[in-house]
Amino acid sequence: MKMRVRQAINTALADEMRSDESVILMGEDVAVAGGPFKTSEGLLDEFGPLRVRDTPISEMAFTGAAVGAASMGLRPVAEIMFIEFLGVALDTVVTEAAKFRFLSGGRVTVPMTVRASVGSGLGFGMQHSQTLENWFSATPGLCLVTISDAQSAYSLTRAAIRHDGPVVVFEPRALYAVRGDVTTGDDAIATIGKAQIVRPGKDVTIVASGQTVGIAMAATAVAGIDAEIIDLSTIVPWDRTCVFESVARTGRLIVVEEGPASGGWGHEIVSSATSQLFSELKAAPFRICSPDVPVPYTPALEARYLPTSELVARQLGGYLATGNVPSPWWQTEKGMF
Amino acid sequence: MSTTAPADVERRSKLHDPIEAYRRMFEIRTFEDQIMDLFARGLVHGTTHTCQGQEALDVAIAASLRLDDAVACTYRGHGVALALGMTPDSVLGEIMGRQSGCVGGVGGSMHLSDPDVGLLPTMAIVGAGFPVAAGAALAFQTRQTDQIAVCVAGDGATNIGAFHEALNLAAVWKLPVLFIVDNNLYGEYSRMNLTTPVEDLAVRATSYGMPGESVDGMVLDTVTDAVRRHVQRVRAGNGPSLLVAHTYRFAGHSRADQASYRPEGELDQWRQRDPVKLQREALSGNADAATLDALEAEVVTEIAAVIERTMAAPEPPVASMFSNVWSPELQMAGGH
Repeated sequence: MKMRVRQAINTALADEMRSDESVILMGEDVAVAGGPFKTSEGLLDEFGPLRVRDTPISEMAFTGAAVGAASMGLRPVAEIMFIEFLGVALDTVVTEAAKFRFLSGGRVTVPMTVRASVGSGLGFGMQHSQTLENWFSATPGLCLVTISDAQSAYSLTRAAIRHDGPVVVFEPRALYAVRGDVTTGDDAIATIGKAQIVRPGKDVTIVASGQTVGIAMAATAVAGIDAEIIDLSTIVPWDRTCVFESVARTGRLIVVEEGPASGGWGHEIVSSATSQLFSELKAAPFRICSPDVPVPYTPALEARYLPTSELVARQLGGYLATGNVPSPWWQTEKGMF
Repeated sequence: MSTTAPADVERRSKLHDPIEAYRRMFEIRTFEDQIMDLFARGLVHGTTHTCQGQEALDVAIAASLRLDDAVACTYRGHGVALALGMTPDSVLGEIMGRQSGCVGGVGGSMHLSDPDVGLLPTMAIVGAGFPVAAGAALAFQTRQTDQIAVCVAGDGATNIGAFHEALNLAAVWKLPVLFIVDNNLYGEYSRMNLTTPVEDLAVRATSYGMPGESVDGMVLDTVTDAVRRHVQRVRAGNGPSLLVAHTYRFAGHSRADQASYRPEGELDQWRQRDPVKLQREALSGNADAATLDALEAEVVTEIAAVIERTMAAPEPPVASMFSNVWSPELQMAGGH
């Protein structure tokens, strides 16, 4: 069935709420208004105000409440309108939710899901356009998953809710309106920790996540390159088996990442693959990512923040032809601005 | 970057004249109406939050503060910025992502600032301004000056932890900060009574041992009098206070929000108490209708010219996304 990403999330929430009474949804304007990005339309009508709750603008309170409710056996879903708003509730996610299992010798689990809209592309300015996986990624016990299309939105949302630990779901906001084919039902539920090979190929492995999956697909098509594209899906803990097997086959690795060059999750992939597969590599792995700047507002500059498919195609072509790692655009173009 | 110090400072100095105060209110209204129109026409990108209905409070704050006081404000900040003295060119330039904007177009609608008139960068995180304003006041207290800080934020922000922590801290340290809540009845898409158990937000001051007062925010003289009293009290070293101004958000929360969640008739009822209209009526003793009509026509013409100039203004170069990220010495060393 064709649906938009926002409808796929909505459908996944409804399916989980139908199958398990312990699933509840909380967030700012998620109930009466159906969600600021319309990901929860109709849920209040079907499940009622005990299970679908509008909250005050109080992320610390309702995200913290999700930790407590999950500790008592509910499966709460807390919606954070923009990932930056989780800044005021970081303690509850990183220091409470992710630690309770360990703190309790495994007796208290926190099956909560935090969903947040993320990313650049809609002109929302520097405090509403980051992805911020790196705020969370060094947190053992906390799963991070990123949706990249309508199917993964459905499959990962259901998987996150069913997972017996805290999961943060990153929802690239620019994708909410994008349509795709979606298979619904229990068989479509994803497995947390499993990557997806979205395009098989033999010349190079491209690891992407969220918005960059589509960019990598477009770049490969443009450049006519036989790349194997992996949608990482779970950023933490990531699928080493899938990535390593692919890199062992292709001998080359590129990570395409939305986010500042410094401190990104892509470093993990590049450094682990390099250490693990050094002798099998035909060229040095590298990342194509954003420069180390806040997300600029004006459209022409914001468009340069996220790697474009043209840039990826160009860098990919040069890398395959020469075996050399291309410099990021902000170094090669430096003299021009 | 437009650092038009004389223009903004001069604009600020005019507000003591009631007719000029009216001109500024009418300017803010016209500006915001035009922003909504530009947004609908696809000429303003991303998102924007307008402040029609809150003009009296914005002008009252600006008229009550000194240039060396500090103001922390939210993403619904066009009115505060214009009232404090920022030029419409500088504000619209930023909203339209042009080099002529106050930060050269990399900030956008939610991120205005102008240190010349005391405006800290406006913040797009609800409640972020309360502790920042307390911190500005901490600097003034430490240096033993008689400057003060003001935080202006919405009713919804009083439900976030930062509000409570900042009020407590400011109270125990007796910081020279005035917390102003612009109670426009709506936090995003939710009416206040659905998210907040008290109707009069001024009572929240009681828990922090500071004075709290609610005031009609639609009448310029009334709200200016209240802001002045609080400013004087804070400046005199009596510690922080909380002032709640009752206004109404005539527009939706943001972008194309039509605010269909409002009870029927509520907007019309509040429009009877439109602060711009009320101030025009209040001036009937000072100025005849023809004078005020001419003033309004001037403002409309000026804003139209600002729009024309801004549309013609250049967009920022790529280099500007790499500027001002690091301290100058790191920037020189090639921060990127």
